[in-house]
Formats: sequence, structure tokens, C-alpha cells
Amino acid sequence: MRIRLLNNGKFMAIGCLLATSVLLTACNTAQEIKSDATPVSVTPKAPEVAQSAVHVTSKIEHWQTSQGARVYFVRAEGLPMADIQVVFNAGSANDGQQFGIAELTAGMLDTGAGKWNADEIAQRFESVGAQFGVASSMDMATLSLRTLTEPALFATALETAHTILTQPLFKEADFKREKSRTLAGLKQQEESPAAQASIAFNKALYGDHPYGHPGTGDLKTVSSFKISDVRDFYKKYYVAANAIVVIVGDLTKVQAEQTAEKLLTGLPVGKKPAALPDVKLPDHLAKFQIDFPSTQTHVLVGLPGSYRKDPDYFNLYVGNHILGGSGLVSKLFDEVREKRGLAYTASSNFVPLAKPGPFMISLQTRNDQTNEALDVVNQTLAEFINKGPSVEELNAAKKNITGGFALRSDTNKKLASYVSMIGFYELPLDYLDTFQQNVEKVTKASISEAFKRRVNLQILQTVTVGKVSDNSGK
Amino acid sequence: MNNRLLCTVLLCLPALNLQAETKVFEKTLKNGLKVLVKEDHRSPIAVSQVWYKVGSSYEPGGITGVSHMLEHMMFKGTDKHAAGEFSRIIAENGGEENAFTGQDYTAYFQTMEASRLPVSFELEADRMRGLHLLPEELKKELQVVTEERRMRTDDNPQAKMNEHFMVMAYANSPYKHPVIGWPSDIANYKVEDLQVWYQRWYAPNNATLVVVGDVQPNAVFDLAEKYFGELKASEIIPLKPQIEIEQLGVRKMTVKVPAKLPAVVLGYKVPSLKTATDENEAYALEVLAGILDGGNSARLSSTLIRGQQIAVSTGAGYNLNARLSALFELEATPTEHKSVNDLELALKAEVAKLQKDLITADELQRIKAQVLATDIYQKDSAFYQAMELGTFETAGLGWQKAGEYVSKINQVTPEQVRAVAQKYLVEDHLNIAYLEPQMIKTSTQNKGAH
Repeated sequence: MRIRLLNNGKFMAIGCLLATSVLLTACNTAQEIKSDATPVSVTPKAPEVAQSAVHVTSKIEHWQTSQGARVYFVRAEGLPMADIQVVFNAGSANDGQQFGIAELTAGMLDTGAGKWNADEIAQRFESVGAQFGVASSMDMATLSLRTLTEPALFATALETAHTILTQPLFKEADFKREKSRTLAGLKQQEESPAAQASIAFNKALYGDHPYGHPGTGDLKTVSSFKISDVRDFYKKYYVAANAIVVIVGDLTKVQAEQTAEKLLTGLPVGKKPAALPDVKLPDHLAKFQIDFPSTQTHVLVGLPGSYRKDPDYFNLYVGNHILGGSGLVSKLFDEVREKRGLAYTASSNFVPLAKPGPFMISLQTRNDQTNEALDVVNQTLAEFINKGPSVEELNAAKKNITGGFALRSDTNKKLASYVSMIGFYELPLDYLDTFQQNVEKVTKASISEAFKRRVNLQILQTVTVGKVSDNSGK
Repeated sequence: MNNRLLCTVLLCLPALNLQAETKVFEKTLKNGLKVLVKEDHRSPIAVSQVWYKVGSSYEPGGITGVSHMLEHMMFKGTDKHAAGEFSRIIAENGGEENAFTGQDYTAYFQTMEASRLPVSFELEADRMRGLHLLPEELKKELQVVTEERRMRTDDNPQAKMNEHFMVMAYANSPYKHPVIGWPSDIANYKVEDLQVWYQRWYAPNNATLVVVGDVQPNAVFDLAEKYFGELKASEIIPLKPQIEIEQLGVRKMTVKVPAKLPAVVLGYKVPSLKTATDENEAYALEVLAGILDGGNSARLSSTLIRGQQIAVSTGAGYNLNARLSALFELEATPTEHKSVNDLELALKAEVAKLQKDLITADELQRIKAQVLATDIYQKDSAFYQAMELGTFETAGLGWQKAGEYVSKINQVTPEQVRAVAQKYLVEDHLNIAYLEPQMIKTSTQNKGAH
């Protein structure tokens, strides 16, 4: 079990010490897409959605539980398993001034519930082969259960998840331990130039806005937490009116209805939290240089970008695909890595959230090449904004996105995270079915206009973390 | 009692539901290319992977990392396609692609809508024998790999400790050197080095083509024949065995790096499934790793993180699929007021317990249940299914071993687990590294407003 750092997803496979020895040609492809990728991760890919053959006949079905929680269900046959998620609007954007409280609360849920302690909870899940995890991001707290659907096994897994959700104990001893583990995780962040860059970047983009602080909190805030803070946060946000349930798997609709009902039984109805404040764009260009004793400088460039219901979303998505979102063939990858060998990864992303999430270009390069790499990035971005994509680039991007449509939800796991994104942000249920049309509709002009409107080069924020002395004189 | 009932239910489940789906079809072409096909019609996609029997453990000193470097160069053009075209064509066809290198393999993959399989075959066949290694491309890509090394290892305290640990733990095994290679070796690759490596290992009779997805086996075999059938076989000169000499006493080291948290790692020399004289020992070691770290209920989390509260994180690992004998590893990071020495003692106490007492029936049942369930969950992904076949086959175990995994784990007994703990987790074969954090100084400057 690793230090809880960015989320506390549990490791399930036998022998959890993963081989450190497998290298990929590029690390910015083949990533499992997350429905709410926080900008902490180096290469989140803008999530997009599709349907696959196994789900052709299974549209998203939607209803509400008796307490008013929204349920989203896709029947996926073929394997005797189900993926179940309960998602709350209880991410770090709800921290208030208690930076880190959302994540610590989520992490404490399975440390004791009902009449069970952490060991007993884990034993119950693992004896039936179920996998349970809790993750926290800016907008969401997500409880995930993957279980076999054989009735006896399913019942045990479901009962355990239900108890965790509705009767967490939040004992003082567990709180002390998890708090000290979080503090250790925060210290470990201090040895990572990537983590330092990410924290500084969000601060630069969002200032005092709820997206401006790290989900893990900081040493000062986390040290000050008391168990009552966790209890209060849970009471306020873990309520039925603030929950959605996502079910993807080999269950009938009736079984899915019973599952959703059972999961939330006993959870107070409560109410939804108030909407987040609007994001105020930075008012001037800024560059933050953090001196750090690393061999590489981590570079992040960007500004608040796009949100989930953004009318410009498809223009920005397809445009970014060309600019830096398509792995080995994007413009940034070509300019930074293929032509100049300056970095191992170079990419750009929009991370659409409830409010405009970051637009972020990222790369890492040898300290003394930092300025050169930054020049390439700024030039590539400026040129893309001024000229827009070429017709060939746009056609290639459309072919890639539509031709690879089936890959986007070719597993239950991917599908579940997309359904959860649609449900959480209340996107149209036919979002999947209209996705390819929306991509096809995008034109060279519409991309160009959207980028001009939304990526204002006069207010770009730049963060570098690396050894400054290595970069002087250049 | 309840547990036993569930156990019974769980253990017969896959036999009932999944037998039909797990069949693997095999055909070897005349030139020696082995083709493995597994049908999975849940999604209209297919993953195609080409596995070469070559990796960092095949490399002699002076050119360490050359397998990984060659993997990068495989995207840099052939007789038919210019540099970068491979990726452009795959992208235009809506594909995802990448490649990876490990100690025992180098593999390339594409995932595409199933009807586009010929696109992937055409390109992979082309670069299997027709690669162009150009000095100017190598020069750029050398820098890329150097950046990769900085990112993965040089600026990562745990990775750095691990690299040093391997050097100490192995005397003469090629597992001693890192997959990415030593910096001075990377800096000095010549085109000729890569050319020799490519000629020596990239041939149909040293490769396995694995396809999983919405396909028909015979159609895939025909397609493989069409694109790969004409490629010439090579004479593959077998590797020297390089069997690690017996370790004669515990080895310890301290690694000082800029970091915030200390850590300790313990590694015992153990056989893999390939090198074990009795393969049950390898499966017992796999279960042993599960007892210690298979899930949140396993012993390290339960005892060191929660019970004694002396660790903030723990891990245990064993690489069943290694081509050569490797390490059984235990690692931990202490809580604030505990030291790496406290943790070393605690980890050793866990080992001693495994040597003295039998694991409980409940613990063993949980491991078996997880293995079984995970086997079903992995069928959710065509990629993992292909990965499993490729790994077993390329380690020299034969892909059939992948299919035996669940039942072999199922047969492991508490006595066997105790026996391997007694036989292999012994002090004289132990290696220990301590990460000793050195101060990190940082400062921020706002170059601010314009």
C-alpha cells in the first residue's frame, strides 16, 4: 500500500510492487482516460466518449432513486462483473479554507464503518474478489466498486460498500494515522519537481479560486485538521441530493435499480452545495521560476481553459488534438521532440471541469535547454493561434478521432468513467451518439476563432521548476 | 463457514462462464513467426502486439539500454516509409500505438477498429526487417532518451535508490543494469551498435505476434501469412546463460539523494517460474507476495501501516515471469518517528512469521479469490489479455502457462508457502538498501508582470 498522495485508489493485484523496469516509447499515450483528470497528472488526455459494440444496444438508462439521487446505467453483458461508482460533488473545490479536507475525508471512508474496522472491511471485499477504491479530484469524490455479479459475492461487496458510504466511523485513531500518512505524502511531493510545478501552476492560474490549491492540501492546513472537520465535511457533502450512481455491467435494469437504492439507503437527502464561483482570468502575463535541485526543468504554460458545457468545447478539443493532444503526431510533439530532441514528452490538454479547468502545455527538458524549449512552445502556440490548423491537419485529426471512436469505450471500465462524467456534469444522454457529428462539424475557421477567443497569449502563465543556475547565460 | 461457501462459489465460476472465451489459437509461419490469436467480440476492436525476444538482460556492458534505444528508433523510418510516417498512418486510422521495453522483451502494439488490422500488420512487417537507422535521427533520439532517463530516474529518489540497489544485489546477472541503460552508454551509442542489435534479434523466428479482439483466427493467420510470410528468418545465436553466482552473506548499502522521506528495500534472491526446479515453488512465492501485499487486508498494510503504525507505505513484489532468477522485494517508508532500521526489523519479523507459522486458511482463500476475480476483470481489456500471452511466451515459458496460472495458484498450500519462505527468504541471500534523504533547497521567483 503506497503513500496516499494524489488519490487513495487501492492496489489490488497480487504483488503490488510493480516492475519499475518497463519503459514506453512515449508516456503520453495509452493512458486510461479519467473523467475528471486533475491537472496534477502530467499527461491527462482530454476525455471523450464513445460507444462500443457490446454496448450498441445498451444506451444509458437514467432514473432517480427514491431520495432523488440520479442513476445512470449501462447494461454490459459478456462478463460476470459490474463496475459501480457513487460520485459526490465533494472534491477539493469544496475545501473552503481547509485545503485537503475533501481528500482526507474520502480517504478515511474505508478505515472503519458499521461494526467493522479497516482490516475487516478489506477482508470482506477481498474474500469475494471485489475491488474497492475512493478517489478525490477537484470536482468529485468517487467511490468505485468492481465486483463479480454472482449473487452471493455481489451481495457481500454491495453491503460492504453501502456501510462504508452510509456509516463511516471516523475514529480518532484512524484519523491520526491517515493524517500522518497524508503529511508524509505532502513531504514526498516536495521531492518531486513535477508535483511542485503542478502546485505552482494551479496557484498561478486560479489564485484564491477553489481550483487554486492542491487537493492534498498543504502541511499547514492538514496539520490543523481535527476529526470533527472530517465528520463535518462528510455530513455536509455525502448526501443523496449530492450523489450520482453509475452502474455498468452484467445486471438487469431491475437489479441495477435495487443496487442503486440499496447503496444509498440511510443516506440523508441533504442538499446540493452552491455552485462554485466563476473563474477570473489572470490579468497579465506572468512567469514563475522555482529553483529546484533537479537535472531537468519542468515547464508548464497555460491559463484557465474550458468547462464541461462549453459551447466551444468541440472546437477546442479537436484543435488541441492537433496542437498537442494526439500523442506521437501532434504539432508540439513534433516541434519539441521529433525535430529537436528537447524532451521525452511534450503535450497540451484542456481539462474541462464544472468551471473552466486548466489549458496546459507541459514538457520537461535539461535545465540549460529551458529557454530554447520555451521559445519553441510559445512560437508553436502563437503560430497555431494566428493561423489555425491546416486543412490536412484537421482532416487527419478527424480521421483519428472518428476512426478510433470504438477504442474510447472498449472496456467496461472506460465506459463507466465516461458515463460518470456525463452524469456528474449533466451532459445530454445522447452525448455519445452525437459525438462524432460534433467532431465532424468543426472547421478550420471555427477552431481558429475559438482559440483566438479562449487562449489569450497576453495572459499566459508560465511555471518552471528546475536548477536555475544551469540555465543562466542562455 | 460463510467464507468457505463463498469460496466454493467463487472457484467454480470461471469454469462455468468463461471457458469458451479463453481459447488461444496458435500457428507458426514457415519463417518461424509464432502467431497467437484470441477472440473477444465484446468490442469491434483488435489489439495487435509484436513481441521480440530481446531486452536489457540480453545486453553486454558498454551498450546497456540499446534495446530500448532501438525501440525508439523503430519509429524512424524504413525502405518504404519515412521517419514518423508509421505513427501518422496509425493515427489516420484511428489507432492507438506505443512500444515498451523490459528486461526480457521489446514489444510494439497498435489498437484499432478491427477491420484495420492489415494496416498494423503491413507496418509491423515492414519495420521487422526494413528499418533505416540514420545518424541524424539517432542524434536527436539520443537526447530524447537522455531526457527520459532524467525524468524517470535521475530526478526520482526512489528510482535512483532502486537503480543502485540492483547493482549491489546482482553480481553477474544482466538484471544488474537498468533497462534504460547507463548514462555514458546512452551517450555513446553508434548507428553501428544499433544496426548490429537489430540484425541480431529482429527476425520473424525471434518474434511472437499476438492478436486479441473482434477477429477470426483463420483470417488473422491468412493476414499474417500475407504480410509477414515473406520475411526472411535469421540464425538466432542463443544467449549465454549468465547465471547469477550464489550470494554468500547479506549485503547492505546507503543511497544518499535529495529527498524528503527515507525508505528501505529488502531483496532476497529467488527463482522465477522459468528457473525454478520445482515450479510449485514459484507459485508459492507468488502467493507469498499476495499474503504480504495482495490488497488492503494483506499483512504489510494490516500490520505495519495500521497495527504497529510504523510505516506510511509498504510494498512487496515478486516477478513470476522473469526469464532469469530475480529478487523477492519488500519495501517500506517509515512514519515520522520511526527509522529505516525499525522497519527493517519489522519486515524481517514478518518474514520470520512466514517461516515459522502456516498462513491461515482465510488469508489463502482471499488471495485465491482475488486471483480468480482479477482473471475475470482482466478479460475486460483486450490489451491485458494480449499482454499476458506475450509476456509468458517471450519469457520462454510458453503462452500455455498463462492459462494455467489461476489453477496453479489455486493448488498452493499453506505448507508450500512456509517451505519457500524457509528456503529462499534467508539472511545470506538478502540485500538491503536505505534511502538517506539529503536536503532539498528551493526558492521561487516571480518574473511577473509585463
